[in-house]
Amino acid sequence: MRPFQFVRADDAATAVQTVTANPKAKFLAGGTNLVDLMKLGVERPDLLVDLTRLPFDSVDVEADGTVRIGTNVRNSDLAAHPAVRNGLPLLSQALLAGASGQLRNMATVGGNLLQRTRCVYFQDVTKPCNKRQPGSGCPARQGDHRNLAILGASEACIATHPSDMAVALAALDARVAVSGPDGDRETPLAELHALPGEHPEQETTLRHGELITGIAVPPLAYAERSAYRKVRDRASYAFAVASVAAALDVEDGVVRDVRLAFGAVAPKPWRAHAAEDALRGRPATAASFRAAAEAELAAAEPLRDNAFKVPLITNVVVRTLSDLAGETS
Amino acid sequence: MTQTDVRAVGSGLGRIEGPAKVTGQAKYATEQDDVQDVAYVWPVPATIAKGTIRRIDDAPIRAMAQVLAVLTPDNAPHLQPAEDGELAVLQSRTVSYRGQFVAAVVAQTLEIAREAAERLQVEYDVEPHDVELTQDHPTLYKPDQVNPSFPTDTEQGDVDEALGAAANLVDHTYTTPALHNNPMEPHATLASWDGDELTLYDSNQGAYSAQQTLAKLFGLDPAVVHVVSQHVGGGFGSKGTPRANAVLAVMAARMVRRPVKLALHRHHMFAVVGYRTPTIQRIRLGADAEGRLSAISHDVVEQTSTVMEFAEQTALATRIMYAAPHRRTTHRLARLDIPTPRWMRAPGECPGMYALESAMDELAIECGLDPIELRIRNEPERDPESGKPWSSRSLVECLREGAQLFGWGDRDPRPGTRSDGDWLVGTGVAASTYPAYASPSTATARAAADGRFVVRIAAADIGTGARTALTQIAADALRVSTDFVRVEIGDSAFGQASLAGGSMGTASWGWAVTKACTELREKVERNGEVPVDGIEVQAETSAEIEARSGYKYQGFGAQFAEARVNIDTGEVRVPRLLGMFGVGRIINPRTARSQFIGGMTMGLSMALHEEGVLDLAFGDYVNHDLAEYHIAACADVTDIEAHWLDEHDERVNPMGSKGIGEIGIVGTAAAVANAVHHATAVRIRDLPIRLDKLLGRLPG
Repeated sequence: MRPFQFVRADDAATAVQTVTANPKAKFLAGGTNLVDLMKLGVERPDLLVDLTRLPFDSVDVEADGTVRIGTNVRNSDLAAHPAVRNGLPLLSQALLAGASGQLRNMATVGGNLLQRTRCVYFQDVTKPCNKRQPGSGCPARQGDHRNLAILGASEACIATHPSDMAVALAALDARVAVSGPDGDRETPLAELHALPGEHPEQETTLRHGELITGIAVPPLAYAERSAYRKVRDRASYAFAVASVAAALDVEDGVVRDVRLAFGAVAPKPWRAHAAEDALRGRPATAASFRAAAEAELAAAEPLRDNAFKVPLITNVVVRTLSDLAGETS
Repeated sequence: MTQTDVRAVGSGLGRIEGPAKVTGQAKYATEQDDVQDVAYVWPVPATIAKGTIRRIDDAPIRAMAQVLAVLTPDNAPHLQPAEDGELAVLQSRTVSYRGQFVAAVVAQTLEIAREAAERLQVEYDVEPHDVELTQDHPTLYKPDQVNPSFPTDTEQGDVDEALGAAANLVDHTYTTPALHNNPMEPHATLASWDGDELTLYDSNQGAYSAQQTLAKLFGLDPAVVHVVSQHVGGGFGSKGTPRANAVLAVMAARMVRRPVKLALHRHHMFAVVGYRTPTIQRIRLGADAEGRLSAISHDVVEQTSTVMEFAEQTALATRIMYAAPHRRTTHRLARLDIPTPRWMRAPGECPGMYALESAMDELAIECGLDPIELRIRNEPERDPESGKPWSSRSLVECLREGAQLFGWGDRDPRPGTRSDGDWLVGTGVAASTYPAYASPSTATARAAADGRFVVRIAAADIGTGARTALTQIAADALRVSTDFVRVEIGDSAFGQASLAGGSMGTASWGWAVTKACTELREKVERNGEVPVDGIEVQAETSAEIEARSGYKYQGFGAQFAEARVNIDTGEVRVPRLLGMFGVGRIINPRTARSQFIGGMTMGLSMALHEEGVLDLAFGDYVNHDLAEYHIAACADVTDIEAHWLDEHDERVNPMGSKGIGEIGIVGTAAAVANAVHHATAVRIRDLPIRLDKLLGRLPG
């Protein structure tokens, strides 16, 4: 273990200031990913600024129906909150499909969004990895990539973002509240994560020292008719092999509106805009759902051992939307 | 003496050390807090698969504060040659596989040892490596024998001719991946020198054999080496003999003249402690129109390392399972630049029976027979290989009684025709088997004047409940209640004893305990009373075990599985597993049940999840932790039952018991694969059965 300093922040401004001042400082929330990566030598911060005393720990529903979620809300608490459980089933289901009970009790909203890839090469400091060590190479492309990306990847990196929660939030058009050295700002979740391109080490659009303080989920009239379906190799305690977050608005057998996002297939929670565009105004049938999934996956670039994710996502889209259409009718 | 006729054997006595374990009082190898002034060792694994160490730049590491020593091939003590090449730690500059230890750091704290070890710069001259097992690998050779000392090949009759003439033929190749032993407690050693005497608190499956092996390796008189292993947090075969951790700890303790602790990291466990070899198995079965086997052929290709030979006896069970006049088994090894495969729960039987029992299921379909009926029709009266009679064999009863409990009777044999919502549903069956070995052991029994007894034997309780079972066996031989008996184990000073391996611990130790306690009881009875300084008897069982012959001693079982496969995703879940075993007398039903369902769970895990993923470029198993190497989670194991027959076998040993530690993992994977086939009509012949192998092939 490498020695590091640990301080507890009492307010957001001090936390931001402390981290901004030290290029090797990191924010620490639940620690369920950062601490593991420190043990592996992947993360080697000089200073950890503990956020858990900060006040961002409530879920509030505003007059217009926007749900504001503090960054420190634990995954378990968020999944159980009535506004989420009743109003945003896809988010509640996504949270409960993640990790284990113990981890969900520790993991926070901000930490979940910023968790890092499970790629085995990223996690092993004895091997090259463009994300961990820019320019060192990507062994995953030829090596173990069964669970890596088919969408949005680059020659330099095929890592996936492992979150379940973020996939549901992407479907919901969530916005991320950020506090930084230059003040507060809000960014769409869709713009929080960066695609790897030639710089897979740049995973987000956050600047050093910027702190996620919460998220806002805008109202979606048909959010109650939504679902999150996670496919995984074992029945529990496994990252997704593929996942789909969906919400569907059907009137007279025709898709009026739809939200779709995919997990475990891309370097970020993957909002399926092409699929959504292909579905609006179409009959709510399995054939339309399949065509929509195929429209999105036309851009897929599968590798030797992960090509199965293309039919897998397609099947899950068809099943999930068919089930939601059944509920609606 | 407070005599009793109430038998302890057969009762579900709770684990004697259970309260100590659940309250954290039980001390594992590196938890001995009475050993003072301890330093810590962290090993340095090779980052290449093949080559030579050119230079180790240890000066900056030695200069680090609180670093006490850096062990390298240049300064490591010279060891005596050992048959086990993996024990020659730091004895040369040759790197034989990625992850092999090339150095180690000793420091005041664990954290500094680890940080220093990770900073140590090792330069290599790299050579091209070959790590991939293939069916026609150019280095394939025939080993002289297979583990531990079975013939490599066997042949009876004319297999090719019989196969050519068979009305029904199955000819398929089945593969199993590398599987990694991951006991909860890693391999761990606390080594402490006191002058020329060495004490090791070590996590192993046999303190006595650890003492003998390490004494020889370090050129010491075994009398000055004391190995203590009171509590061991699992082994599954990987702690059957000492591993590099024990060797490094002894070296380090000598070098820094302080006690040292070395507990392996989970990453190390995927390289240096052994694993189950991947296998490529071709099975050919020929049968007549009624399903009577005329020929059985089982050809195995598997791997070993360049460090030493380990030849898994994968086709062993095929030699004894079914009657057929024409039979052949072969084993061939590829010598690769990979870690040495070793024992993992039911080496041989476990992977071999996956292939054989999958092929039997395929043959049943070929013959239009129920798979249970097919097995009954091929039940051999005697051991088909040796011609010896069985001391007992209850496979048919296990199949029949298991079928009844499972509800097999109304099974529709057509595959891929049942569903429940989005899930295809099927059931499968497979046979289990494991030999009933025994090995000579020494036990000492002592009667005290207060009516209490102490029994000492160098047994190992690796979580099996051995200490508890031996207490029951001792109490019955002494004809007293277990309250009056204390069994002490896990200490090399107690003399030669069997390993906790080969499912022969309880049989071997129990035999010696029975003999010592019976002799002690008779002596006390002759004496009339126990004198103030007690009476002690020592017994050894070589003669009895050598005299055991004339029969084939073997346990059998049948396992039933229900599989559900999601029609959209190919996800496989196994909501029901049921095992029925014929394994002689059950000493303790409570701990026995845990053994059976533990084995079955591990078999389920093998069927659906476990796979060491080899990276051809680096030459290592890349998914080297329990986040990436999946084992079954609790949610994967829903309804699991283990049952046993009331099998009486007076020939096998004085307790009438057969080993139960391994049979539970044998056949499970085949039962699951057969159930998956019944559910989907898709036959998966390459484990694990994961969704990507089913997707796109499911009936729609």
